[in-house]
Formats: sequence, C-alpha cells, structure tokens
Amino acid sequence: MATVELKNICKVYDGGVRAVDNANITVNDQEFVVLVGPSGCGKTTTLRMIAGLEDITDGELYIDGKIVNDVPPKDRDIAMVFQNYALYPHMTVYDNMAFGLKIRKYPKQEIEGRVKEAAQILDIEELLERKPKALSGGQRQRVAVGRAIVRKPKVFLFDEPLSNLDAKLRVQMRAEISGLHTRLQATMVYVTHDQVEAMTMADKIVVMKGGIIQQIGSPLTLYNEPTNRFVAGFIGSPPMNFMTVKIVEEGGKYYAVENDFRIQVSGRYSEAIKNYANKEVIFGIRPEDLKYLDKEEKDAIPTSVEVIEPLGAETHLYVSTKKHQMIARIAPDVPLHVGDTIHFKPDFSKVLFFEIDSEKVIPFD
Amino acid sequence: MKPLQNTKYIVLFGEVLGTAFLLYLGFLFLKTWEGSKLLMVAVAILWGVGSVAALFFVLNSVGETLPARAKTIVLPVIFAGPAIAILFWYLVLPTVRTLTLSFFNDTGTVFVGFKNYANTFTDGIILESMQNNLLWLVFGTSGSVGLGLLIAVLADKSRYEKVFKALIFLPMAISFVGAGVIWKFIYAYKGEGFNIVEIGLLNAIITSFGLPAQAWLQIPFWNNILLIIIMIWLQTGYAMVILSSAIKGIPSSLIEAARVDGAGAFKIFFRIMIPYIMGTIVAVSTTIVIFSLKLFDIVRVMTGGNFGTNVVANEFYLRQFTQGRTGEASALAILLLVAVVPVLIYNLRQFQGRKAFK
Repeated sequence: MATVELKNICKVYDGGVRAVDNANITVNDQEFVVLVGPSGCGKTTTLRMIAGLEDITDGELYIDGKIVNDVPPKDRDIAMVFQNYALYPHMTVYDNMAFGLKIRKYPKQEIEGRVKEAAQILDIEELLERKPKALSGGQRQRVAVGRAIVRKPKVFLFDEPLSNLDAKLRVQMRAEISGLHTRLQATMVYVTHDQVEAMTMADKIVVMKGGIIQQIGSPLTLYNEPTNRFVAGFIGSPPMNFMTVKIVEEGGKYYAVENDFRIQVSGRYSEAIKNYANKEVIFGIRPEDLKYLDKEEKDAIPTSVEVIEPLGAETHLYVSTKKHQMIARIAPDVPLHVGDTIHFKPDFSKVLFFEIDSEKVIPFD
Repeated sequence: MKPLQNTKYIVLFGEVLGTAFLLYLGFLFLKTWEGSKLLMVAVAILWGVGSVAALFFVLNSVGETLPARAKTIVLPVIFAGPAIAILFWYLVLPTVRTLTLSFFNDTGTVFVGFKNYANTFTDGIILESMQNNLLWLVFGTSGSVGLGLLIAVLADKSRYEKVFKALIFLPMAISFVGAGVIWKFIYAYKGEGFNIVEIGLLNAIITSFGLPAQAWLQIPFWNNILLIIIMIWLQTGYAMVILSSAIKGIPSSLIEAARVDGAGAFKIFFRIMIPYIMGTIVAVSTTIVIFSLKLFDIVRVMTGGNFGTNVVANEFYLRQFTQGRTGEASALAILLLVAVVPVLIYNLRQFQGRKAFK
C-alpha cells in the first residue's frame, strides 16, 4: 500500500479556467480520504490528476514517495471506479474484472484465483458469466469495484461511485465500501458531492470550493471546528443556520442584535467578541444547538413556524425571524402548528461567529 | 339516422366520382395539350401532387366510414398501398421478368432451361469477371473500411478534424463517372513516340524519377487494383463518417477505465474500441460489399472491361445492350442478385441488432 501526496497542485484548462488552485493534500498509507464539495469545485479534476487522466499544470504529485507527474495511468498502479461504472459492454463480468490482469500478463491461474476471490467478497459469483447489460445498477457497481480490487493496486480512486444508485442501495453500498476499506487495508481516495457520504466513510475529509481547498480534517473536526462559513454550512444536515447580526456593547456586556432579538454573547466567545463591537458579524448555530423554549425568556430568539417536518425520531422545524430563516431540530412530541410563535435559545458553547467579509471563523478562547 | 347515412354515402360517392373525373381531365389535358410548355409543366406538377393528395383524402374518407375492425385493415392498405404497388411494378415485376427471361433464349421465345446459367459458369470472360468482382469485394471493402477507420481514429479529437473529414468526405459528392474522368488524368498514358508528352499525374511522378512511363490501365492484375483505388477514394469518406460517429459514441470513461487498467493505445483500440463499434463496422462493410458486387461505372468509364478488368455488371451490360444476348444477360443479373441478397439480409439483421449494447 502507499501514500499519495499533492504539493501545490494546479490545474488550468486551455481557456484559462483554474479548476484546481494550489492543492496540498497528504493521503497517508491505508487512509480513506474523501474529497467533497459542490459540483464544479475541482474535486473530480483532482482525482483525475491523481489517476493520470488529466495533466497536472503545476505542482508535484507523489505516489509512494515517487514523483509521478509524467507517469501514464497504466504505470501508476492505481485503480479507479467510475461514476457510470465504465464496464466494457462486450465482455462478461469475469473478463471485465480480469482485463487489467490479462493486460499485465498475469498467469491464468492467478487471474482466476483473484477474480474468484473478489467475486466472493462482493457476492457476485453467480454473475461472472453475464454481460454488463444484463446487470442491475447495484450489480454493475459491484463489478466496477471488483475490477478495481482484483488488481490489488497501491491506491484506489472512487469518482462519485454511488451517485447513480437509489437511496437505499446507496446507504448499503456506502457501508460495504467502508467495510472493504477495513478489510483490504488500502489507501483510498473517494470523491463525492454528498457530505453524508463524506462524514460516514472518511478518515479525513478535504472540502473544496471553486478549485480551492477550504479545509482538511477528520469528519468531527470539520463539524465542530469549521474554518469558514462555507465548510460550516456544507458539512452537516440539516445545515448550520446563519444570521447577520450586529455586536453591541452595553454596560460591559456584548449583545448580538438583529431586528427581532437581542441576545447576550456568553460562553467561549465572551472575550473574542469584544473586538467586534459595533460591527456586523455572521452568527452561526447548528439546528440541534437551538434549544426550544415553551415560553418567552431572556436572550431568546423569537420565530414563527413555517414548515414542520416530523421524521419520527425528531422533528425538523423551518422557522423564521422577519429577516432570517432557520432550521431547528426538536423532540418529536412538541405540539406545534404552522404560524405559531416560538422561542429558541442558542447554545453558546456551540455558537460560531464568522467575519462578514472574509467569512472566516472568528477564533474563540 | 337512415336518411342521414344515405346522404353521407351519396356525398362520398360524389367525392369519388368528382376526383376520378378531375384526374381524368388532367390526364386528357396533359395528353393533348400542345401550347405553352410552361403551362404544361405547371399543370403536370399540380395534377401530379394534387391527385395523390386528393386520392389519399377521398380513399381515407371512404375508409373512415367502415366499421372499426375493417378500418384497421383497410386504412393501412389505403396509405401504404400506392407505394407498395409502385414498388411491385418497378421492382418485383422486373425481377420476376428477368428471372423468366434467364430461362429463355435471346429473343425470349424458346425455353432453354438452365442453359444460360451453364453458359455463364463456363464462359471464360464471365469467370474472369467474377474473379475480378471478388478482388473488388475483398480489396475495395477492406480498403475503404480500413482506411475510413484509420482516418476516423486519427482525426478524432485532432484540431483540424473537421477539415480532414471534409476533405476525405468530398469525393462522396462526385459521381462514379465523374471520378472516372478525374482518375483518367491520373492514370493517363499517351504512348511512345515523337512529340508525345505524358499528361498523367502518375506518369509525371514516375518519369521524374527517371523511370519509363507506364500504361497503367493495361498492366494485368494491377490495373484492377488501380481501379479499386478509385472506389476506395470514393467510399472511404462514407465509411469514415459513419465509423467516426460510432467512435464518438464510445463513452470516454470506458477508454479511461482501460487506461487505468493498464492498456496502451493499441490494446485500447483493438480490445475496447473495435469490439464496441463492431456492429457499425459490419454494417458499413456489408453496405460496401453490396456496392462492390454491383460495381459498374468505374470499369465502364475507365477500361470498358478490357485488359482483364471486366466485372459481372459490365459484362451484363455488354451482353444485354451491345450484343443483344438477353437470356445470358438476365442470368447474370439474377446471379448478381443472388450474390447480394444474403449480404443484404445480414446487413438488415445487423441494423435491427444495433441495440445490442444498450
């Protein structure tokens, strides 16, 4: 197995479009790294550069410590699972999986052994003689994964492999790929636009936007300590709520003020917020950190209920002040109706403030 | 209800009569008119198009009055009928007639059984023609398809793809006779003698290297190949265009998967691309095979079938129209038909089976 290292990698297309800008990523041995971001963020381009399917404009790419910028894909010892599976339509499942080994002139017996083993792991033994067109989406997905694992490559690359599957199958395959990672102890780089996939599967997540890496970290680091508003809003479902507020000082106390409310800033931001007196900042709070109050209280946010989404285990409330919309997660048994005015108290041990221009998180104590 | 229905039928009957009368009137006019040609042409166009439309309209309104079950049978016949009738008149009938003639003597009066066929299979000229047709089939088809494929692949994604493809496709717009005239200049040979200047392109090249000018179209065997090159020049464009679109239909991820799997350019070409577009290759090949079996114009224009370049279609032409040997000519035509039919059927099957990879 191997490491992958991207040093100041840039990709500029012919038209001058900067698809990836100065990317620095280190994928450790046996690590599962997920590149995540909205479409057009450069995550797939980054993966394709690792695969060698896309030229690197600038920077260095190391696989296993060796620079591979100019090494063709076939000599990089990587395997890739494509979004649309890319199975060879004229070959049987067996031949699809064996193709890479045949090209590399492995002995026939070894090929057979490896294909059988992979088929067993993926539970597709009875499909080996079929052609891809006779398979369902989930089965094709398994074959595509099988084609990668028979090769026993240094690095596995996945390009949104689950996005063509239905919701239920996606959840199942998610767990299976995670299981595969544990079982194979392999280095894997996985691209997705789905932050849930990223959170559930990754050892390390790389969040990208507009070709620029926003933050790299473990799922919980990204969730709890996002470095900017984009990461805070992208990771987590339902997403974090953001409100533009003004910091006002009154008698040594600092308040976050919006049209409809005025709440005292306490907890971890008590000190740091002092530098922002009389300035506007972005107030960020996750849906589960809004505490539902059954009566009006000091330092609470008054809202009116717009949509109620009962999910059984919890209820999502779409509420709004006159200026902002928010989502709150509350217990399922609270009797509420659309149009009700209710109050929330933000948990100041979880609140994040962001600078209004740079959208960077304001560091707290 | 009854009286209403009756009036409907009366109206319909009137329509039919009226249309028939109008058509006949137009026919009479065209037959007897001797005045302005321009008026005649205008009337002919109006009469031709209008009568077809009127015929469909009237027959359709008659068909609509039938009960539902009869309608499902009658209406298709009304609409497809004329086309089928014309097809029958111009295609099926001549074929049957040719088949009959092939069993009769040259004047079509005495039944001779399989004698004409026996003659064709023993006649040295025809056997030579068949041999040549085989050359056309093998080299013409493989040349056009191979070259077309090569160009389609090489031009694919190149910067000047459109220019290259347009240039290669251009000869398709030229008739075979026109191509013959062009290539006559390339292969031209004036002979030896005082004050004779060679004007042929090929001879110009040869003589510039100090070699003697050649009568290209009289060199045994190779003259066939030189003629086949003309067909390749004409047909490569067709093969290229179809194959190019097939190549563009290969998902790029498939090629990328093969690259990651470790395949080089050649392996990708032979083990991924070719199998993927095999259906198209076969379809193009069979079309050109049919073409080469029927080939006539190039030989007719360039050599007239002399110097050992004869082909079956040309020999058929000679026997029918120059020598008046109708029986043997018919037998040849039938032989050609028999040769083409299996290829045609295979081709049609391929077109139906094109959904194979979907």
